Amino acid sequence: MLVLVDCNSCYASCEQIFRPDLRGRPVVVLSNNDGFVVARSKEAKLLGIGDLEPFFKVQHLLRAHRVAIFSSNYPLYGDISHRVMTTLREFGPNVEVYSIDEMFLDLHGLQEDWQDYGRKIRNTLWRNIRMPVGVGIAPSKTLAKLANRAAKKIPKCDGVCALDTPEKWQWMQRRTAVNDVWGIGRRLTKRLADFGIETAYDLAQANPKILRRRINVNIERTIEELNGIPCLGLEEEPPAKKQIYCTRSFGEKLTDLSPILQAATLYASRAAEKLRTQKSLVKSIHLFLHTSPHEPNYYSRSAVVQTQYPTDDTRVIVRLVREAIADLYRPGCRFMKAGVGLIEIIPRALGQGDLFTPGQSLRAGQTMQAMDRINKKFGRGTLFLGAEGIQKKWKMRQAFTSPAYTTRWGDLPRVKT
Amino acid sequence: MKLSPLYGHGVACGFPSPADDHKEAALSLDEHLISKPAATFMARANGDSMMGLGIFDKDLLIVDRSLTPAHGDVVVVALDGQLTCKVLDQQQGRLLSANDDYAPIPIWEGQELIVEGVVKASVRYHRPR
Repeated sequence: MLVLVDCNSCYASCEQIFRPDLRGRPVVVLSNNDGFVVARSKEAKLLGIGDLEPFFKVQHLLRAHRVAIFSSNYPLYGDISHRVMTTLREFGPNVEVYSIDEMFLDLHGLQEDWQDYGRKIRNTLWRNIRMPVGVGIAPSKTLAKLANRAAKKIPKCDGVCALDTPEKWQWMQRRTAVNDVWGIGRRLTKRLADFGIETAYDLAQANPKILRRRINVNIERTIEELNGIPCLGLEEEPPAKKQIYCTRSFGEKLTDLSPILQAATLYASRAAEKLRTQKSLVKSIHLFLHTSPHEPNYYSRSAVVQTQYPTDDTRVIVRLVREAIADLYRPGCRFMKAGVGLIEIIPRALGQGDLFTPGQSLRAGQTMQAMDRINKKFGRGTLFLGAEGIQKKWKMRQAFTSPAYTTRWGDLPRVKT
Repeated sequence: MKLSPLYGHGVACGFPSPADDHKEAALSLDEHLISKPAATFMARANGDSMMGLGIFDKDLLIVDRSLTPAHGDVVVVALDGQLTCKVLDQQQGRLLSANDDYAPIPIWEGQELIVEGVVKASVRYHRPR
């Protein structure tokens, strides 16, 4: 059996862990730079605050209902997510971290009363971490997703749903629209409608060979999975990213070129760091720069530049990025956001140059390694390119950040004695 | 913290160190104080109501959420929405302070007491940090 554990309103729940006064109350968490609402507690959802609403649009609603507002506190969320993972490993060693708030657990070969077992997992995560979760249990990933969805949607399930027999999953499939099946997007839903497939059950009963020929091989796999035959294994090691983006809004609108260049330098440095962590080199870089779409004269431009040779050298990448950003810049615009994307990435092992096209020098690689090691040991930002600027006025606005309760000594929760 | 026991050094030639056969891992304070890291959080004591048990203002509390609270345990509870440290008196259904200036807090029938964790240990600093 496979278990899918999904943290409820993950970031908002993290903010409630050391604030019992906020439990059962509306809480929202804002994105980087306090731009959008990215997490809402159940109570905040009931107030009609939508996902990804711009903060400025719902601000009055939040104030009126005295909603607790938080900026994203990634050190806290990362630590809590790690605790959830560690706790899950007590139930079975094979865990796939699907995202910061979703994990698959492989319990192959185990025989349990799965509803009970799911409840045990859920209770343990609440007691030990104070993280509320939904638990879906089924023989395949696609069914586990379906089970997890039911665990949340159906009040009677109370957060746990085991679809461990064909009768149970077919019952659920009859009540599930096909576009709610994992991996079935909007376009595919339309195509499936042509075959008269409306529900997950219709899809499960469809002929996989025919649909494979008419659509693609993935649909065949989905059909098998819906019938309890696992086709998708656990990915315990996440595959190397094929693209690395670092994009962010500035803390304030910028009209001058120089702070924009500084910000772009920081984004490029971050992306290069991630590139080195996954042992890759980049061949082409995507850049963009734009003003606010909510303001008149919206201006947005992007460019793609090639590196001379595959590289992971921050200095080389930054130089290219700065040149390109300077090209995209236009005086008089109030720029809101810039982004750097490393879009063509190859494994480092393939990056060797030859006599005629020399690759990155050994020294450059060593310099970068030394820089990464220093930053790892003494904290991010210990060593950085001067081009980032020292006083970062364009830095993210994070007006409502909670303490890093579990990762900083000065931020430990206070207990009244 | 690492308190180093005997460490054998690699001796290229000559008489091997007799300590090499008795090498053990260094002692870790984490291991001593924390049995379930994922369920443990640290907190700062704030106040004087637990002085009688040697928990003073600014002491470090090691709180384990996985332990089942028992009578007489020092626990952290959510009291009026605030994290509060008290002694659990299960027999009489109350929360006790360890300081005569503070009266016991009764837990009424039907009132839900949320224990946030059991205080396994507290750390007292004898030199201002």
